[in-house]
Amino acid sequence: MEQLQTIPLQYYILFCSALFSIGVIGVLAKRNALVIFMSVELMLNSANLLLAAFSAYRNDPAGQIFVFFIMVVAAAEVAIGLALLVVVYRSTKTIDINALNRLKY
Amino acid sequence: MKLTAGYNYQLSTTNYQLNMEIISILLLVFPFLGFLTIGLLQKRMNRNLSGPLASAVIFINLILAGVLFGYVSSSNSTVETDLFDWIQFSNISIPFALSVDRLSALMLLIINGVGLLIHIYSIGYMKEDEGVNRFFSYLNLFIFFMLILVLSSNYLCLFIGWEGVGLCSYLLIGFWFKDHANNNAAKKAFIMNRIGDLGFLLGSFILFSTFKTLNISEIAAKASLMPSGDWTLTAITLCLFVGAMGKSAQIPLFTWLPDAMAGPTPVSALIHAATMVTAGIYLVARSSVLFVLSPLTMNVILVVGAVTALVGGLIAIFQNDIKKILAYSTVSQLGFMFMGLGLGSFSGAMFHLTTHAFFKALLFLAAGSVIHALSNEQDIRKMGGLRKKIPFTFALFTIGTIAISGIPPLAGFFSKEVILTAAFEQGLGMGVLATFISLLTTLYMFRLLFVVFFKPESKELKANHHVHESPKVMLYPMALLAVLSVIAGFVQLPKLFSETQGFDNFLSPVFAKASSLVPAAQGLDVQTEWMIFGVPLAFIGLLVLMTYNLFVNDNEMTEAKGIANVFANKFYFDEIYDFCIVKPVGFISDLFREFIDQVIINGIINGVGSGTLLVGKRLRRLQTGNVGFYLTIMVLSIIAILFFNIIL
Repeated sequence: MEQLQTIPLQYYILFCSALFSIGVIGVLAKRNALVIFMSVELMLNSANLLLAAFSAYRNDPAGQIFVFFIMVVAAAEVAIGLALLVVVYRSTKTIDINALNRLKY
Repeated sequence: MKLTAGYNYQLSTTNYQLNMEIISILLLVFPFLGFLTIGLLQKRMNRNLSGPLASAVIFINLILAGVLFGYVSSSNSTVETDLFDWIQFSNISIPFALSVDRLSALMLLIINGVGLLIHIYSIGYMKEDEGVNRFFSYLNLFIFFMLILVLSSNYLCLFIGWEGVGLCSYLLIGFWFKDHANNNAAKKAFIMNRIGDLGFLLGSFILFSTFKTLNISEIAAKASLMPSGDWTLTAITLCLFVGAMGKSAQIPLFTWLPDAMAGPTPVSALIHAATMVTAGIYLVARSSVLFVLSPLTMNVILVVGAVTALVGGLIAIFQNDIKKILAYSTVSQLGFMFMGLGLGSFSGAMFHLTTHAFFKALLFLAAGSVIHALSNEQDIRKMGGLRKKIPFTFALFTIGTIAISGIPPLAGFFSKEVILTAAFEQGLGMGVLATFISLLTTLYMFRLLFVVFFKPESKELKANHHVHESPKVMLYPMALLAVLSVIAGFVQLPKLFSETQGFDNFLSPVFAKASSLVPAAQGLDVQTEWMIFGVPLAFIGLLVLMTYNLFVNDNEMTEAKGIANVFANKFYFDEIYDFCIVKPVGFISDLFREFIDQVIINGIINGVGSGTLLVGKRLRRLQTGNVGFYLTIMVLSIIAILFFNIIL
């Protein structure tokens, strides 16, 4: 707890913002579905880290409990998302999202 | 006709009254059963059976009516029968009740008597028709409704009968529904009658709101306490008279009656001459107390009656269709009856109604016999010389003609004389007008008689070798009607010859209240009486000679010219209505259909549909299928939401 608090809160905020922005840019810029997926995880984890940091600074464990919930949900999401990707790959032999454009007007 | 047998004065009166009540109910039951039996079994029933069955039903009814007639005329009491409470809530109570007084008893005899003869006649006339079962079921239904009309003791039940006979009239005018013209005639009759019915309904509403009851005798009792010329009474009577105008074919609602001749001839005789069209006269006579208390309405009735009688008579002179002539004659005679009512001579109008029922039914049936003999030829220009070919019909038609023309000693003379006397009591001008109108009858009826039976045979007739006298089943009813046309008048001889006024006395209890409310008319002196009696006769003689000279020779019948052309074209009534009402209504309907419906309403509905389609067509471009695009949009949207959350 003290160790966490040795680093000023601003650093956490800046770091998490950077991490989140990287995730957003990754989602927007990448064409590989797997990488997009990883970027989503990056955003989730930046949010988690921020929650944990605030929790430590405010001496409030609720934030860290929240983090556990988010990790559980993220794990479930990953399981479904990866399963979808496997199915998509089996049928199209690609996970390039620009190739997956048949469902349209 | 008077069946007074079966009386036993030893019986207690209450018991007796009860029997009469049961009889008055049975009067309705039998025709309705006849209608149900024949109507429901019309596909299976033997076609030769329905006619005798329907006639038997009416025969039973005639006997019952005779018993009732004997009872009310001897005991001077009214048979009141409460069947059931029909409408009952809060303070409104309208029972379904019958009442037989002398006026309804008289109508009962006319309806069932003339009805029976026409039923029997129809057995012969409709023999070859495929819809004979349907025909007789309608006839029985008509008798049923007509009896409701004359038996009911309140205006609402009367209205049931009123509408019911209108329905039967519609069904029977359009009986040969495969011809579209007949359907149009039926619709015309129905719609014209609806206009009148609206008046009747409005009248009933005002009656109810004024008197809180619809019972005819209660209303008469309450109204007799009101001052003469009361405006509510005037409104009520005017509304009721509008109803009577529709049903009894008075100007301006008379144009349906000539067209109604599209139906089978027995129907014209029964419904459109003897019974249904007289319902208007019955209604006015039934409400006599209300009418005598509204002098304005009486004057309206007088004027409408006189104009109708005049116009109908003038048109009849120039028609060439045998049934149309008789139809306009009916219009004219009904107008004459309304004149009698307007003059306050209720029993005179009822007397003429009675005799008219006999001789006009006879004339129609005889005309039907002529049409039957000539295989459905109705144009009198294609007839002529029929007196040798169908002598019985000729004899009967002649009797009818003499009777309707008012030549003594046949029935028409006596009944017309009563109305003429009433007219002369009103004033010399009115008397002369009434005389002129009644002389028109002579003109058109003798023209018809001479052209059909005396004129040399037309070439169409010479080519037709199948002219045959009608069967006995048609001739006997006509013979009976002829006998009635001859003797019915002797019920009441003119005041000149007899002190007792049989018919007046018979109906006097019914009209007692009404006549007590107006000052008695001044009697005429003997010279005037003789004048009323003699002058028309002299003119009738002259007219008969004139028509004989005009129409019996071998001339082609000339086309009508000048003013006659107006008469021949029925005063252009149909054309005027067509121009003033049918065309504008048609135009407005077209406008509504083509513009309001097609353009505006359809436009709104279609606009919503096509607008949605258009927007969808544009918006679906967003669904590119490009996942990257979706993601970008999502992120941008989140940023936008955040942005708005921060600044707002």
